[in-house]
Amino acid sequence: MAYDKFKILNSTVVPMPIENVDTDQIIPARFLKATERKGFGDNLFRDWRYDSNNLPIKDFVLNNKNYSGKILVGGKNFGSGSSREHAAWAIYDYGFRCVISSFFADIFRNNCMNIGVLPVQVKPEFLENIFEEVNKDPQAEILVNLPDQFVEIKSTGNRSKFEINEYKKENLLNGFDDIDYLINIKSEIINFSKSTPL
Amino acid sequence: MKKTLFDKVWDSHVVRSLKNGPDVLFIDRHMVHEVTSPVAFLGLKKRNIKVLFPERTFATADHNTPTIDQHLPVKDKLSHNQLQALEKNSKDHQIPFWGLGHEKNGIVHVIGPEYGITLPGATIVCGDSHTSTHGAFGSIAFGIGTSEVEMVLSTQCIMQTKPKKMRININGSLSIGVTPKDVALYIISKMTTSGATGHFVEYSGNIFTQMSMEGRMTVCNLSIEMGARGGMIAPDEKTFNYIKGREFAPKGKNWVDAMKFWKTLSTDKGAEFDKEFYFDGSEIEPMITYGTNPGMGMGISGGIPLCNDSNGGGESFRKSLNYMKYSEGDHMIGKKIDYVFLGSCTNGRIEDFRAFSKIVKGRKKSDNVTAWLVPGSHKVEKAIKDEGILEILNDAGFELREPGCSACLAMNDDKIPPGKYAVSTSNRNFEGRQGPGSRTILASPLVAAAAAVTGKISDPRKFL
Repeated sequence: MAYDKFKILNSTVVPMPIENVDTDQIIPARFLKATERKGFGDNLFRDWRYDSNNLPIKDFVLNNKNYSGKILVGGKNFGSGSSREHAAWAIYDYGFRCVISSFFADIFRNNCMNIGVLPVQVKPEFLENIFEEVNKDPQAEILVNLPDQFVEIKSTGNRSKFEINEYKKENLLNGFDDIDYLINIKSEIINFSKSTPL
Repeated sequence: MKKTLFDKVWDSHVVRSLKNGPDVLFIDRHMVHEVTSPVAFLGLKKRNIKVLFPERTFATADHNTPTIDQHLPVKDKLSHNQLQALEKNSKDHQIPFWGLGHEKNGIVHVIGPEYGITLPGATIVCGDSHTSTHGAFGSIAFGIGTSEVEMVLSTQCIMQTKPKKMRININGSLSIGVTPKDVALYIISKMTTSGATGHFVEYSGNIFTQMSMEGRMTVCNLSIEMGARGGMIAPDEKTFNYIKGREFAPKGKNWVDAMKFWKTLSTDKGAEFDKEFYFDGSEIEPMITYGTNPGMGMGISGGIPLCNDSNGGGESFRKSLNYMKYSEGDHMIGKKIDYVFLGSCTNGRIEDFRAFSKIVKGRKKSDNVTAWLVPGSHKVEKAIKDEGILEILNDAGFELREPGCSACLAMNDDKIPPGKYAVSTSNRNFEGRQGPGSRTILASPLVAAAAAVTGKISDPRKFL
């Protein structure tokens, strides 16, 4: 599925300094029943966001008016668990375009990149710096620069490089997806299939 | 160059490698279910393309399906729509479809091996993280997202950066009451939920060679719970005997050719791994979890670790115990429970029902326990009946439900109520995983059986 190009993002952030945020929290299984990619943002972090009477839980960060923005900053091992791409869809649909953490689960990271959400992995100390800055000033802005592969805390000028493979980077910069690439080499794939033993 | 089992399978499936990018990996088998596929099929429709290799694709309904009265129409409208979408998409693309009521229906990771779809040396994907189960046969099997499901449907390939390699070696002998589930929960408790992220794991050592195929599946199934993309075990005679004669397994000359290939599938002496770990099998106790991720496990006779000496980090660890309403230092033995769930792609196979029945035989289900016993497939259900296990279960006050994923992720009506404790043989104890507010304790079928007859966490070794 085609998505918006990602180049440079300058935004306030939503901090979530919790470790091992799993995809069942990002979107609980009972909200996976759609047959179209619609409305998943409403159920992002559903059970942390709303109580059993569907009333907002005040101390959860998405219900705190002080915090908003296109960048979600999460604790270590963000996105562990289920392979549901719905978790990445919910994050995108809610309005985030980037997730920053010190460590991501593999499938979640791939899912994000496949739909145009940039996962940015930084060192634990840098992640702490972001949390500290946002704690001091909820309006603190973070700059995410994909072409030059760095993230910057604007108020302090503190920068950190991040890794991304060149192919995925090109895709995100141009809004391409893997299927476009694979369809172009279909005849090579069909030839290859003839030599596989199983 | 000396190669690992993983290298051998991966390298033989690379269509092309991109410089500083991923490999284009050919996929031999693609399993499809109702939850993660509809948007992928919509994508194909938008691009106006068909599934490239429908004969390499298999569809079943499992995540959403009810586990009682399967002959009646599915009441939940959204579930019904999703099941119908899979049926229609399978038909439109000529994919074999084993929906509700079909004799081959069951949990995707249970039926793949049962029908010989899962083969050594194959690459297997499915839009489900527990696809790692199939690695028990020496295949590379891993879970994928919906965009990737669309990729595989349309081109039979996926773009993946080759993961790093890890080997986990366990030798020794397992004590009585210690099952493959305990081995897996032990490994995860040592590795943590992110300890194998970025890696593909090979399990090695006599503990695994001595395990049944069902046991190996349980271990590989749980690889994802320590962050690994997948886990695999080198195929051996046990593997070949399991596969031989199954419906989709190679026959005749194809079998002979396949065997030649399969016998090459082991790690060369001296091949290198990025990381290697060694554990002693005789140190493993029956395991139990106390927190909200599968890494929060311990020997059943132990006490919950103190917040400061855990791997999870203070704040997150405290949040987790607070959700479970347990305290650091607490002993799990004797804690009251409300539900028992036997089933899932982790422990929904015949061996798991045999183990459960061994303990409940001649005993009675505790009155304060609601027990959901859900076979992984119709084939498992049939074996339960044929082997006389159903009678044992019924005599002890248990009933058998119909196959499906059920309370493992509670997408259907099998939801653990808020605040209730469930001893589950499934794979995840995340907050609300088995229903909003539910509290999950992961354990083996033996521990689940001991809990079911006593109404509290009990040491299964006392019943064996």
